[in-house]
Amino acid sequence: MSTVGKIARRTFLIGSAAVAGGVAFGIHVVKRPIDNPLLADLAEGEAAITPYVKIDANGITLITPRADKGQGSYSVQANLIAEELDIDPATATITPGMPGPAYFNGAVLEEGVPFPAYDQSAVAEAMREFMAVPAKLFQMQMTGGSSTVPDGYVKLRMAGAVARETLKEAAAKRAGVARGDLKTQDGHVILPNGDKLAYTDLAAEASQLAPIQDVALRDPSEWRLLGKAATRRVDIPEKTTGAIKYGIDHAVEGMVHAAVRANPGIGGDVVSYDASAAEGMRGVQKVMPVAHGVAVIADNTWRAFKAVEAIEIEWGPGPYPASSPEIFETLAAAVNNEEAFDHRQRNEGDVDTSLANGEVFEATYKLPYLAHAPMEPMNVIALVEGGKVTIWTGTQIPLFIRNRAALIAGVEAENVDVHVLPMGGSFGHKLEMTHCEQAVEIAAAMQGTPVKLTWSREEDMTHDYPRPAAVAVGRGKVADGKVDTFDLSVGQSALAPSWFGRLMGMGIPGPDATITTGSWDQPFGIPNYRVTGYRAPEMVPVSSWRSVGASGNGFLHNAFLDELIHSAGADPLEERLRLCIDDTSRKVMEAVGEMSGWNGTDIGENRGRGVAFTLSFGVPCAQVIDVTNTDQGIKIDKVFVAADVGRVLDPTNIDAQLFGGVIFGLSHAMNCELTYENYAPLQNNYHQYEGMRLYQTPEFEVKVLENGPKIRGVGEPGLPPAAPALAGAIFAATGTRLREMPFNKFVDFV
Amino acid sequence: MKLTVNGTEYEVDVEPDMPLLWVLRDELGLTGTKYGCGVAQCGACTVHVDGTAVRSCQLAAADISGEITTIEGLGSAEALHAVQEAWIEHQVAQCGYCQSGQIMAAASFLEFNTEPTDEDIDRAMSANLCRCGTYPRIRAAVKSAAAKLNGA
Repeated sequence: MSTVGKIARRTFLIGSAAVAGGVAFGIHVVKRPIDNPLLADLAEGEAAITPYVKIDANGITLITPRADKGQGSYSVQANLIAEELDIDPATATITPGMPGPAYFNGAVLEEGVPFPAYDQSAVAEAMREFMAVPAKLFQMQMTGGSSTVPDGYVKLRMAGAVARETLKEAAAKRAGVARGDLKTQDGHVILPNGDKLAYTDLAAEASQLAPIQDVALRDPSEWRLLGKAATRRVDIPEKTTGAIKYGIDHAVEGMVHAAVRANPGIGGDVVSYDASAAEGMRGVQKVMPVAHGVAVIADNTWRAFKAVEAIEIEWGPGPYPASSPEIFETLAAAVNNEEAFDHRQRNEGDVDTSLANGEVFEATYKLPYLAHAPMEPMNVIALVEGGKVTIWTGTQIPLFIRNRAALIAGVEAENVDVHVLPMGGSFGHKLEMTHCEQAVEIAAAMQGTPVKLTWSREEDMTHDYPRPAAVAVGRGKVADGKVDTFDLSVGQSALAPSWFGRLMGMGIPGPDATITTGSWDQPFGIPNYRVTGYRAPEMVPVSSWRSVGASGNGFLHNAFLDELIHSAGADPLEERLRLCIDDTSRKVMEAVGEMSGWNGTDIGENRGRGVAFTLSFGVPCAQVIDVTNTDQGIKIDKVFVAADVGRVLDPTNIDAQLFGGVIFGLSHAMNCELTYENYAPLQNNYHQYEGMRLYQTPEFEVKVLENGPKIRGVGEPGLPPAAPALAGAIFAATGTRLREMPFNKFVDFV
Repeated sequence: MKLTVNGTEYEVDVEPDMPLLWVLRDELGLTGTKYGCGVAQCGACTVHVDGTAVRSCQLAAADISGEITTIEGLGSAEALHAVQEAWIEHQVAQCGYCQSGQIMAAASFLEFNTEPTDEDIDRAMSANLCRCGTYPRIRAAVKSAAAKLNGA
């Protein structure tokens, strides 16, 4: 890991552009607005070049502050910079750098505004821009919300362009020619006579110049890397040879290994424990209490796991209802209960009057808690020494970890360094930091010794703040073969206050939009159309799970709409197209219809076809799924996916993100749930929480469109339509309506 | 006890029941082999013993008599194994955490089945879990690795 963070600070202090004989672009201009976020000219701050390029005599380093948890974000960030800088990103060092306020994510909160993504009106746009302000104030150096590409699309290319022009200026001065007469290629400035000057050779001179800020970005028609199918991900070779070091692989000289068991009822206390058996085990150095649990420190991960298992612990009760039946009763009691009303961001026509007369169709839906369960369990190395804390971990929230570690260790935040390491998956899991809190607590008791804490798979799944469970009731009417009234009420514990409460030590006031995100904001016009969120009390503490609110609402909205369309006797794709009020979305649905040769849901004996559509994170995504009802159960044959991202930057990776999102959605829809008994989930390893396996994997056909008005990220939008499209296909093949996940409670899968 | 890993003999002082996975990772510093579940469900810990794919999380160190190959010994950046070449060509990895195990499983499988059908591939590779959902590309990469190995 580089020391760019330290270099940046030193650069400010000595007021010089020099960085150990090199240059770090953009540091100067970003300082002022970040130091004074309330007073500064924010528009300028947002366009300001941030420190993304460092060049010295030894080479070029690209800083890619949005974490890579497998979605290819390092690659796309590096390509955005390299496209303008004119280098081959494979020749550069690519690092997330040290966390800093300059790397705030201006886009992550953008879709938190009360306007649907298809609303491009002036008011909606102004509100979205406004959301970059809290992002900056809260120091949101955060990866999430499919925001890496929208956030970096302009600022990373600008960083590359400023660096390029400044290097050209250095070359111009040296050669005594005009900057306008120079070209750049492959890490070199090309002089008019054809001579080449390496960027690395020009770095020291460039560091003496004020960065050239007046640059224009290249037209996409000139791109070499972006938008090209041949562009490769920079991280794939080292992930193929086993050379990559994830957090769990990282080692620090002299480190010891820790394991913990915390109360499986999250937040519950330890009544008492007996560690006598553990203390005598080989390699065990220490047993100590940590918040809500007990830790073992040993000389090897396995010895620590074994010893912590040998401790007898009596747990206190968890601070929420003890079992799934009680939890679902509480959720059901919130739905359509005035006292639990949270928000109603869609209310068109007159739903109450419509539903007061005639035949009303009603259905109830249930969504389970879901664990993120990435392949790499939570892990972190923490060192507390001489009033300083150093942390090495794979995370999406380095600044929150820094601030919390400072609080626990009793030091200033500036005395905490967080080194962000590659992640073996996340799906939102690494938006949490309980493991870091535990590690700092242990390391503070072992001053000077680096402590590596690894959660066992069982500890990880038991403490995986899950995707919220939900109960929803849909009521509606059809008229003249059309959907006429759609009224969906969703009851769920609020996600944002639960999560922010853990991150910032305080909840956030106001309604929790995630309860209905993916339902209220869909681009349909229905004469009487209402979506209401009801807030159940906080029970199991909950978290963001790949596609967040849309992960559940994508199913709820599509499943209920499908039932209404069916009772109207209409075609599920044709009726969605008729109701659609957004041109970009309509084209996506038309595309999936063309790809699949859509001609209704009947595709032959024992077979069925379903369709679903969700607009999430600004990306309209439509899917058609074909299944066969075989003797061994439902076989998913093929999935057609169409999505619109505004502009495609890395086509090969977008394809992978979309089918990966679909597989994640299908896996959980088919097989997965966390059920609670005695405050703890009964599922704590993969055999009880079965994702899709290769033999169940369907064929995929993916098409990506570029009609949308804005560039969008695609790590999440592939997921929400998968479950409802599968449910629709199963209904077409078997006549069984699925209103509850996982579907394997009601049908068998091959 | 003595263990031969990637052609090098190591002397390790561990309990007889320590799983090979943790000997590799914590005692020998060979971290390419991953811990995923600890109960033989996910396959992230797959290595070869005398060319056969095994779950290193379930294999006690004292029970090993053969030569161990890990992802670090299968190929290198300069001299990739045919399976690794195919993995890069098809841009398989997303988070990549399961891929050491996937690649070791595929390499062993293709030693024993040189002309696999699609069904053979599906069956052989279904013991390895991938949470990112890279399966469509794993399927394609195994096919192309089989073709490479047959052509060689």
